[in-house]
Amino acid sequence: MTLQEFAPIGVMIIIATVLSFIILFISRIFGPFRPSFRKNAPYESGMKPIGPGTRRVPVKFYLVAVLFIIFDIEVIFFMPWAVVMRDLGLYGLLAMGFFTLILVVGFVYEWKKGALEWD
Amino acid sequence: MLELNFVTVAFFVFSLITLGGGWGVVTNKNLFRGTIWLMVSLFGVAGLFLTLSAPFLAAVQILVYIGAIAILFTFAVMLTRSLTNLRERYYRTWVNVLGAGALFLLLVLGVIAPVWIANPDRALPVSDQVVRTVDFGVALASGEGFVLPFEVASLLLTAAMIGAIVIARDADEA
Repeated sequence: MTLQEFAPIGVMIIIATVLSFIILFISRIFGPFRPSFRKNAPYESGMKPIGPGTRRVPVKFYLVAVLFIIFDIEVIFFMPWAVVMRDLGLYGLLAMGFFTLILVVGFVYEWKKGALEWD
Repeated sequence: MLELNFVTVAFFVFSLITLGGGWGVVTNKNLFRGTIWLMVSLFGVAGLFLTLSAPFLAAVQILVYIGAIAILFTFAVMLTRSLTNLRERYYRTWVNVLGAGALFLLLVLGVIAPVWIANPDRALPVSDQVVRTVDFGVALASGEGFVLPFEVASLLLTAAMIGAIVIARDADEA
């Protein structure tokens, strides 16, 4: 059964969740907690804050996110191939090599267009 | 009848996580927090895939949906700042209720009802072609498998990469 094999990961997730709640709870109990309007206000060099605290976000974030999704989907394609890499032999290696070659074309375009640079 | 074993308990826990996350998404008026709840919900779906003995799909769910799609949602919320606080938009209650009810009815009729009223004698056996991730890898990259679609997927990814750059680039830096 597959689910039982993942029980250690489940235990780890539960421990991590419980532990983070315990840490937050303990610091809430032992630390002083007296919030006020002035303490919660965003720090603006002693001035009164004007307007919303969030600035407009550059559209470059969108590009980074989409490129990251594409990287991620590549990983998804690599994963099933990697578990049978040795059984597939040269044919599998060539298939994946061609797969990667087409992607490298995209990467070269990406690099040359400066999409990986921020400015 | 329903027997209470490990898988059943896991199914209920993961369903609870999925539905609870979904509830958090639709009730939270801060869209940013909504995306965090969406990650919770998607994590529950990954767990449901595990209960269905589909660990590869669970990994895809974690890696792509929580890792990438939710990040894209977060960035989309950041880019459209005016949407982060939806106070004045909750006024068409009846339209929303009717729409959600119709969608639920459609789901019950199309997805859940066939499971109950289906004739078990005519059910197709579970595929024994692709059971594990290893089988999927063989189907994807071996000589008898689907190598051409595999390579075409690479082409598609490259096209998506170029398209993203073309869309997000400024008009003046051509």
